[in-house]
Amino acid sequence: MDIKLTLSLYIFMLATFLGIEVIRGVSRLLHTPLMSLTNAISAIAVVGAIQIAGAAPEHTTPFAEWLGAIAVFASTTNIVSGFLLTDRMLKMFKKREPAKP
Amino acid sequence: MSSLITLIYLIASAAFILSLKWMSDPKTARRGVFAGVLGMTAAVIGTLFLPNVSHYTPILIALVLGTIVGIPISRVAMTAVPQRTAISHAFGALAAALVGTAEYYLHAPHIARFTMGAIVFETLLGFLTFTGSVMAFAKLQELIPTRPITFKGQNKFNFALLGTAALIGVILVIAPGLKFLFPIFALLALAFGVLLIIPIGGADMPTVISLLNSYAGLAAVAMGFVLDSQLLIIAGALDGASGLILSIIMCKAMNRSFTNVLFGAFGQVQTAAVGEAETRVVKSASAEEAGQVLENSQLVVIIPGYGMAVAQAQHKVRELYDALTKKGVDVRFAIHPVAGRMPGHMNVLLAEADIPYDKLIEMDDINPDMPQADVALVIGANDVTNPAARHDKSSPIFGMPIIDCDKARTVMVIKRSMNPGFAGIENELYFDEKTLMLFGDAKGFVAEIVKSLTGGSGMGH
Repeated sequence: MDIKLTLSLYIFMLATFLGIEVIRGVSRLLHTPLMSLTNAISAIAVVGAIQIAGAAPEHTTPFAEWLGAIAVFASTTNIVSGFLLTDRMLKMFKKREPAKP
Repeated sequence: MSSLITLIYLIASAAFILSLKWMSDPKTARRGVFAGVLGMTAAVIGTLFLPNVSHYTPILIALVLGTIVGIPISRVAMTAVPQRTAISHAFGALAAALVGTAEYYLHAPHIARFTMGAIVFETLLGFLTFTGSVMAFAKLQELIPTRPITFKGQNKFNFALLGTAALIGVILVIAPGLKFLFPIFALLALAFGVLLIIPIGGADMPTVISLLNSYAGLAAVAMGFVLDSQLLIIAGALDGASGLILSIIMCKAMNRSFTNVLFGAFGQVQTAAVGEAETRVVKSASAEEAGQVLENSQLVVIIPGYGMAVAQAQHKVRELYDALTKKGVDVRFAIHPVAGRMPGHMNVLLAEADIPYDKLIEMDDINPDMPQADVALVIGANDVTNPAARHDKSSPIFGMPIIDCDKARTVMVIKRSMNPGFAGIENELYFDEKTLMLFGDAKGFVAEIVKSLTGGSGMGH
């Protein structure tokens, strides 16, 4: 098998195990923010979308360019709303009552 | 230049891992968001400098439009977070599916077997997660009925559809030049996504949302294999693992398997017995009576459920928490893993209402304390409090872990009427002799209790 592919498969396996361990450690209190954070992180698909949308005209077709641009749009929406919403939710988690004025 | 971009991607991968790691504690969690933003910004800027990216106009327009749409989406009400999560799974999956489609049409028929396999996987998961998440969104937003929609031979039909899609996928891997097959393949995947979600009831949404989360991550992994990008593989795998873990937690919390959630059409089962059981007697009480019992308690455990979210009662619940705490009552919240419409939903709602998070206690940690509780106050929860889950083998929820409300000295249940809950199951807790039914709207009733506790003077001091 192609060495690059083999390496990628190993990376996938290790990242999955690492992911499982890290996520298991996430406080149950924070499962909703966790989900919106992973939404934002998985919008890393934007990296692929940019390459499709931004290819030089001689290497692409208008159809592919459109698909790429829509994909960049969809990913960006997730990145922006995902991180902002996660932060907004996390700000709400306070341990003690705020001192009353 | 390209080795610099490789380095940037490596740093971005590390940032994503740290981002999730810091979510282990509410104290470090916001640092996690910062790490995520840093990783994402680095990755996007690095990609813009790739040699094969030269045409910036469409990218910049899409980035700006995405930001304009993204900002208002991040401002949704906390009760609407499940819907927003579903729609963002749809966006993520759509992006993956479209990139896969573009890759296919740009390179067919000269596509290596493995790459074509990855494209098939990416587009199949992408398209089915896209329509599936749109359907989940529509159910959560109540644009379509949240009750399961079923028809005869549904599972067979769905499997046949998925089987056909998989078969066409295999043919495409063997013969990528058969371009006419690709749109059929995409349509089947889109249709399967719809059919997968329509038989699923609202109470199963926490599991389904987690599962769709996992699919969206796996679609990104497949894209990573297509584009030979380790960054995509790592980020996608983290997301896939997260969705998987959350789905497992949700399934365990309902004592059900994946297959049962996806193909069981829960909630359809037990509607037959309505009518005959209505002769049983329940005790009800007024807000003043409830207030008196509550203020003379030492430990009150509040069990919130989806009904609290629907009634938008969390802020009134906080007033109740304040009033009781001021009178020296220890008030805690018992959080069932599947309470609400997504994992952790109740925690976010209560945190929004400014309830300190150390008062939000997981089911397994609160249950040993339930016998010491003077009052278990159920607000908008139902099936997660039903003792039948412990002993009635014929009950559809038998074996599901529950919050042991029935072990408290007094049980109070705020409920609109005696209608059975989402799963359509009669809750025997309501007929227990120590249970007081508080009939009314959750928000209004809690407000009345607060009023009786503060002597009708409203929010003084």
